[in-house]
Amino acid sequence: MTVKNVRMDIKELDTQLAKFKGLRVAIGRVIEEDLEEALGPTPFPSITDLREWDRKLLKRYPPFYLPFCDVCCLCTFGKCDLSQGKRGACGLDMAAQQSRIVLLAACIGAATHNGHARHLVHHLIEKFGGNAPLNVGGDEVDIDAPVSTLVTGIRPKTLRDLEGILDYTEEQVTHLLSCCHTGMEGNNIDFESKVLHAGMIDQVGMEIADLAQISAYNFPRADPEAPLTEIGWGVCDTSKPVILVIGHNVPPAAGIIDYLLENQLYGQVEVAGICCTAIDMTRYNPGAKIIGPISWQLRFIRSGIPDVIVVDEQCIRTNLIEDAQKIGAPFIAASEKNCQGLEDRTNDPADEIVDDLVEGRVPGVLILDPEKVGEVTSRVAVEIAPKRRRKGIFPSMEEIVEGSKRCQRCLACQRACPNNLPIPEAVQMAAEGDLSKFASLYQDCVGCARCESACPIDLPLHSYIMKTAEGKMAEEKFKIRTGRGAVQDIEIRRVGGPIVLGEIPGVVALVGCANYPHGGEEVAEIAEEFAKRNFIVTATGCAAMSMAMVKDEEGLTLYEKYPGSFDAGGVLNIGSCVSNPHIAGAAIKIARIFAKRNLRANYEEIADYIHNRVGAVGVAWGAMSQKAASIASGFWRLGIPVIVGPHGIKYRRMLLGRREREEDWYVYDARTGDKIYVGPVPEHLFYAAETKEEAMVLIAKLAMRANDTTKGRAIKLTHWIDLHRRLYGTMPEDIDLYVRRKADIPITMRDEILKILEEKGWQEREIPDPTLLKRMLRTRAD
Amino acid sequence: MRTTESWQTAEIPGPKRAFVISKPKIVSSMIKRSEKPLLVVGHESLEEVLEKKLIDYTVSMAEVGEIPIVATAHIIGEFKERGYNTAASMSLIEIGERLRDPNWTGLTGEGQYDLVLMMGFPYYMSWLVLSGLKHFALRGDKYLTTISLDRYYQPNASWSLPNLSKEDWKETMLSIVSELEGK
Repeated sequence: MTVKNVRMDIKELDTQLAKFKGLRVAIGRVIEEDLEEALGPTPFPSITDLREWDRKLLKRYPPFYLPFCDVCCLCTFGKCDLSQGKRGACGLDMAAQQSRIVLLAACIGAATHNGHARHLVHHLIEKFGGNAPLNVGGDEVDIDAPVSTLVTGIRPKTLRDLEGILDYTEEQVTHLLSCCHTGMEGNNIDFESKVLHAGMIDQVGMEIADLAQISAYNFPRADPEAPLTEIGWGVCDTSKPVILVIGHNVPPAAGIIDYLLENQLYGQVEVAGICCTAIDMTRYNPGAKIIGPISWQLRFIRSGIPDVIVVDEQCIRTNLIEDAQKIGAPFIAASEKNCQGLEDRTNDPADEIVDDLVEGRVPGVLILDPEKVGEVTSRVAVEIAPKRRRKGIFPSMEEIVEGSKRCQRCLACQRACPNNLPIPEAVQMAAEGDLSKFASLYQDCVGCARCESACPIDLPLHSYIMKTAEGKMAEEKFKIRTGRGAVQDIEIRRVGGPIVLGEIPGVVALVGCANYPHGGEEVAEIAEEFAKRNFIVTATGCAAMSMAMVKDEEGLTLYEKYPGSFDAGGVLNIGSCVSNPHIAGAAIKIARIFAKRNLRANYEEIADYIHNRVGAVGVAWGAMSQKAASIASGFWRLGIPVIVGPHGIKYRRMLLGRREREEDWYVYDARTGDKIYVGPVPEHLFYAAETKEEAMVLIAKLAMRANDTTKGRAIKLTHWIDLHRRLYGTMPEDIDLYVRRKADIPITMRDEILKILEEKGWQEREIPDPTLLKRMLRTRAD
Repeated sequence: MRTTESWQTAEIPGPKRAFVISKPKIVSSMIKRSEKPLLVVGHESLEEVLEKKLIDYTVSMAEVGEIPIVATAHIIGEFKERGYNTAASMSLIEIGERLRDPNWTGLTGEGQYDLVLMMGFPYYMSWLVLSGLKHFALRGDKYLTTISLDRYYQPNASWSLPNLSKEDWKETMLSIVSELEGK
């Protein structure tokens, strides 16, 4: 634990040396010594303490900037034209400006998660007391907070301890954000270093949020067999009142479930959720239901099924209240970060609020007390459901045909669609009475409704798509495993060796939002491909949901077919967005448990270990948000590569290695101090793939690490080459860079690969004990 | 919609916008004048453009114009199936990053390219890669010349086709190939 801001005021002190009057002693932070493990070199690192590590990474993976526009418009000097080498009035050039925007995004993400954590911890301390113990896995987990311990050096034990860590992360976010001000940082690589710092701080914030809620709310504790629950548009029993909760911060949803349970209403009222709140509701009580990822908001509300809509924070469509009013569903905002212009009724009697909502005197209310949200929402749902009678706003099929006849053929809908869906074609066919094209768009629609906003005659095109697919949507019922939370220490003991040696070919983390280029089925396809190949497949958030929404011929989802354990071939729902650090934490714990490295405040050494040894790859196929940007940044600083889908290119900066630039791929051999060429492993740190096929081949490739044994490398090469041949139709052109010794060559491909190697003049090379850090050498040779 | 508006309505780049290719001869002339052109072809080239796939037009263009091809994403096998065996395989962002670098020596080590033609990409992907090249791909004291041959106007290229119907696009592609044949 840590003690912060200790102050002593002494009126008068008389000693042998001197006499003091009005003495004040202030100590910034006291870190309690841990007898098991020494404190490392960077406790509570400042925004520059890990700069040298960042620069190592950024030298190997220099940024490639892809500006969204030519100008900067952040101050009144602007707009400044930064195109083709010009500088703005403040002196900034385009590279620095792009990195500054990336830092802004990462700060927004980090602030959001840390704010989320702060609210949650504050609420849980109020509810359960500051001394409530942290417990993410009982006896199965000794290292409760690997990320926080790695970064700060302390091991939090109670909810109160988390507050001390949040004091630090909030300070860091403030400093980082200040660097985006005009006339602060000017060098793009320094901006990028701060992006990595923001990512690390984000990981700490997320970890705190999940530690707190797992511990206080009794979520599954590192449970590989966390219960299965239901997901899909069709999971609600519409004969009952339906409460829909949207967002990320679970206390209001927990308040609803508690009220229903306490009043014997649970089971008589459906509690369903969208986005990460949904995942966390089912961790709280697996009887709750998940409708789907972020893109399911409008389609489900417009169906008229929800009787009451509750929103907390993050990734909520900001004008949902309009659709709520159209279906006659009261709207309850439950977060001070998302007040929606509603009157704050927190301190009003529940009876009055319920009455106003049920009688329709107000469209919605703001209630900043999760327990009161629980009572009001539950009572309103029960009272209003019989009156509303599921009033939806989907048009009838006839209305779609008639509306389509009014289309002006301006193409504005398609030009507004992120996925360029052929909506005009669907409208034209609908005008002739054929609705099949509209129905076919359903799978690829990301639910943004920009088509509707763009339409000059206000055709409700999103509703057209959803109405024509209503039959299919109603059949959507799948099984998803509830979020298990952390990875057990015993699981790490079992797989740590095989991962580091390369015999388990990798850990794939499917995370992020639902801005998919071709629907969520691609995520399920990627997950299953790698589960079959004995990778460990972990998932969080919307990706974890999308993976569940596909059945095989036998009607089973991935979560029913594959075990939930952190082991080869496992498919794990780790939890919500804030559960992501359990994935980073698993990599960190491998270094601690398998390699006996110290964690406490030892970030650089552990990141170096992970980068060179742990074949983990993040995939955010539908990454959309600033939070996704900061989550990725947290993985980058640990040296873990992240692949995003094609829309991820809009993060406007990639971190790319250059495989042919040999000088970039040397490491120290910790045994000898020699510098050894290890090949481009992993080749990239941040990469946007054009197609799922490209992503799948790259996942296998990026799982290679400098430390792979020959057996491990042979396994990894087998997967990469096999996928390349199947999906590209050719052998990879750069095999020679990844084969270090003949023993690396997969036995079934030996002759073919040897021929390629011979043509390229390949020679065997050493396999070092790799490190990028000179201080890790065990010899005086260097 | 005007033929020189961004296809995706909100994609407004700023002061520097592509010249419009008003006739196919502009493209064939630029290819003929170029010392080292390169054709970068994305996965949407597998889409039908009236009777043929876009990839078939790119193969014809590469053959008659003697232009090397980089096939991005997973489509290299499609070129080989068509008997075009000299295409290189590299992802869009990998080739984009290399084209940005004035010191990159090209696919064969013979030097950097002075003209890049792109086609077959999701609009927003080529939008951003062309932007990266527009701002950072220095060639001496000038910038790399890029041409977008996709069906929609790409303001971040140096030169772009306007927004075209499929019929007009097909005619444009055929005209470019036939102009090159007279090289």
